This record gives sequence, C-alpha cells and structure tokens, in this order.
Amino acid sequence: MTRKITLKINGKSYSHEVEPRLLLIHYLREVVGFTGPHIGCETSICGACTVELDGKAVKSCTMFAVQADGRNVTTIEGLATDGRLHPMQEAFWNEHALQCGFCTPGMIMTSKELLERSPHPTDDEIRHGLEGNLCRCTGYQHIVNAVRAAAAKAGA
Amino acid sequence: MIPQNFEYSAPTSLKEALALIAKGDAKVLAGGMSLIPLMKLRLAAPEHVVDLSRIADLKSVHEDGKGEFPGGALHLGALATHFEIESSALVRSKCPLLAEVASNIGDVQVRNVGTIGGSTAHADPAADYPAGLMALEAKVHLTTAKGERTLPIDQFIVDALSTALKPNELVREIIVPVETRGTGFSYQKLAQPASGFAVVGVAARVRKSAGKVTFVRVGVTGLAGKAFRATRVEKLLEGTSGSAADIQKAAAQAAEGVDANTDLHASADYRRQMTKVFTARALTQALSRAD
Ligand SMILES: Cc1cc2nc3c(=O)[nH]c(=O)nc-3n(C[C@H](O)[C@H](O)[C@H](O)COP(=O)(O)OP(=O)(O)OC[C@H]3O[C@@H](n4cnc5c(N)ncnc54)[C@H](O)[C@@H]3O)c2cc1C
Ligand code: FES
Ligand code: FES
Repeated sequence: MTRKITLKINGKSYSHEVEPRLLLIHYLREVVGFTGPHIGCETSICGACTVELDGKAVKSCTMFAVQADGRNVTTIEGLATDGRLHPMQEAFWNEHALQCGFCTPGMIMTSKELLERSPHPTDDEIRHGLEGNLCRCTGYQHIVNAVRAAAAKAGA
Repeated sequence: MIPQNFEYSAPTSLKEALALIAKGDAKVLAGGMSLIPLMKLRLAAPEHVVDLSRIADLKSVHEDGKGEFPGGALHLGALATHFEIESSALVRSKCPLLAEVASNIGDVQVRNVGTIGGSTAHADPAADYPAGLMALEAKVHLTTAKGERTLPIDQFIVDALSTALKPNELVREIIVPVETRGTGFSYQKLAQPASGFAVVGVAARVRKSAGKVTFVRVGVTGLAGKAFRATRVEKLLEGTSGSAADIQKAAAQAAEGVDANTDLHASADYRRQMTKVFTARALTQALSRAD
C-alpha cells in the first residue's frame, strides 16, 4: 500500500512512493533529509516540527505526507537566500532568542507567519501567536524580543 | 507514534467522496487535528481514509439572505478552517461571536488546518465551537449520496464524541444566523493550560431595549458530556435591567441540574463553580457590547 507523491520543498520538486501512514515530519527528515524541523513531543503540542504548507504554519507531526501531495512545503532550511539569513533568523541571533536551539526552527517558522499576518504585533499578540511552540530554555522573553525586533526592522 | 497503515483516497468532488463513503466503512479526514492524534495512539485504526481537503465545494463561506434564519444566514463550508473563520471579514461583521470562539481554539498551527466541520463532527466535550453553536442555535447541514437533511445543533450532538452523523454521511456546512444589529456577544473560556481545550467555556449573546434585557442566549461547553444551552440563566436575565446583581443571580443557575464531568484536569464541583464564574464574565462583557 504505497502512493506516489510529488511536492515542492524549499522551491525544489521531489517525488517518492510513500505509505499513506508516513507522517510529514518523518518524510522530511528521513526520506528527503531535511532535519531542520525537529521532533519534540510527537503529540501535536510542542511545535518543534512546524513547517509551512502553502504559506501556513503547520505541525508536520500531525499531518500525513500524502496530504502534502502537490503542495509547497518550506522548512527552516528554505529561509536563508544566497547564504544570507532570513530577517527572523537574524533577529533570533541578535536577540539571543535561543539556548539549546531545539525549539528554534519551529519558533522561527511560526514567528515568520505571525509577522506576515500582523506586521506590528503587540507583545500580547506575539505571545498569543506563539502558544503552539514550547521552549524549555529561554523563558520566552528573548523570543518575544526577537519577534518585536524583526517587526521594528521590517517597519524601518 | 506510527499509525496502522490504511488505504488513502483524496477525492476532488463531493460526489466522489460520498460514493467512497457510501458503504459506511471509510473514515473521513478533514484537518486531521483530532483524527491523526487518535490514529497515532491507535485509538482509531481506520482501514480506509478519505481525505476531504481537496474538495473545493466544502470550502465556501457565504451569506444567504433568506432561508434558514429570518434575518439571513451565514453558511460555513465544513472545511472552513478555524483561522479562516476567525479572520473572515464576513464572519467578523455578520456573526462576530463565531469568529471570537474560533480565535480561542488551540494554537495557530491547529487553527490553520482544523475545520469547523471536523470539530463539530468530532463533538469533543471540551471543544470550543459547540458553546458558540448552541448560543447561536446553529444548524448542521448533512449529506449522503442519496439525500440531505438539516439538524439543529442540539439534536446533532448526542453526547461526548457522539453525534447523529451516519457512517455514510458528511457534514456539508454549518449554518448560523446573521447577527441582529446591536446584539452583544462574548466567549469566555477557562483553558486547560497544556492543551488549550476548555475546562469550561461560555458563549453569550444579549440584546437590550429601553433599559431592559430583551434577549439572552447562553451556550456552555466543557461542563458536561455535551454542550448545552443554559436556559435557566437566559430566562432569569431576560426582563431585568442587566445590573451586576441581575447577572450574578442568573449566572448562579448556570450549572444547576447538570451532570458535571470529573477528569484529571478538574473535579465536577470545580467545573460547576467555574461555569458560574465564566457565565457571569461572558454576560458582563456581552451586555457591555450590546446597544
Ligand atoms: C494541540 C491541539 C490543541 C487543540 N485545542 C483545541 C481547543 O482549544 N479547542 C477546540 O475546540 N479544539 C481544539 N483542538 C481540536 C481541533 O479544533 C480540531 O481541529 C477539531 O476538533 C477537528 O477538526 P479537523 O478538521 O482537524 O477534523 P479531523 O481530525 O480531520 O476529523 C475529526 C473527526 O470528524 C470527522 N469529520 C471531519 N470532517 C467531517 C465532515 N465534513 N463530515 C463528517 N465527519 C467529519 C472525522 O472522520 C473524525 O472522526 C486541538 C487540537 C490539537 C491538536
Ligand atoms: S513534534 Fe510536532 S508538535 Fe511536538
Ligand atoms: S532554546 Fe532550548 S528549547 Fe528553546
């Protein structure tokens, strides 16, 4: 019982025969080799596996790879262009928004969508927007600072 | 966390989907935010999964001048996501309570894919939509390969995780009234901190005229196996001036006569007490928004 899927990941086309039960996170990490999205909880809670599907942040541990057939996926590996970090990556670096870095790929994907939808969020809106991403290290304050800094820089 | 394998179909038309489920042995998949966690735990192990997400017909959100409700209705396609409902200009202006409820569900990644049809069909006793749909006296439009029917939400949801849906039937759309001008609304929820689900959640709609409360609807989720309308509260508040004392007196009845849930998050007594508190908060905010 396999099925052929063809999708774009970070702008490049991939095609594989997969079992319908294969989760998107396992497809990305183990079949294609994008290990940026992490597996934290595997139970839809922590957000470490967050990627963009057709421009929307989704938890790739709670989606089958077959559901992404014909669609566009962006992982953390797809954000930098020509060796230059995405402004949100840069803001996380500058504001010291990571310690161990395990939650960071998911945090950045969700934060990026947050600013695309709401370019000038309040701190409350940033915290509400990141409810689906857990961090065991930073205490969140530096993450909120990073998103605020990225918003200010984009507005400048 | 690997589900049992299954056969997967991804129909692109409603007709095709209805034919695939006609025998009643397939499980439909919408956003997967309830079904996939269950499959990963192997609490659900369907042999055939029919993915509805490519059916454009189930995505429409539109207004209908007449029909189901005297003042007009909003039709929300089963596949409308929580995010689409929270951010839709049409829903925000014509049925703001529903947009407010949607914005309270889970987190943004869940709202980006979870759907109103999926949440309603799943009938989780701690889900948010049922409180709003009860307060709105919403209707559920169902369809099979052979015909259609429309049920009031109160008849559609039977009990915890149990609905009137037949195995060969789909939720096609949820129908809510276009809100009457001047109606105040509020959704107040005590969220379980880890999952975001409602320990209790209360949705309220109120209207005032000449200093008197003329219309009250209250929907409660999380307290019992099934969301319900708190009709005692509604009757007690209608006809009063809507003072703080009137609100407290009415809200005190919110959990009366209800068989309350106990689970590891909250005891029945705590849930009853919180239902009163959150009913008072919802009524207070709704009245402050009414004019
Ligand atoms: C981390 C997390 C937090 C959450 N927090 C909340 C919360 O705070 N509040 C809340 O209310 N919910 C919450 N949810 C649940 C979420 O709202 C789900 O999206 C919703 O319950 C199911 O919708 P779905 O589209 O994902 O349905 P699916 O998971 O695809 O399906 C759910 C069930 O409905 C059936 N079904 C789906 N669509 C149809 C249809 N059109 N016709 C007939 N049957 C259908 C399926 O067969 C299945 O049995 C949370 C989920 C997660 C993972
Ligand atoms: S690994 Fe997907 S949400 Fe935690
Ligand atoms: S930096 Fe370690 S989990 Fe967030």
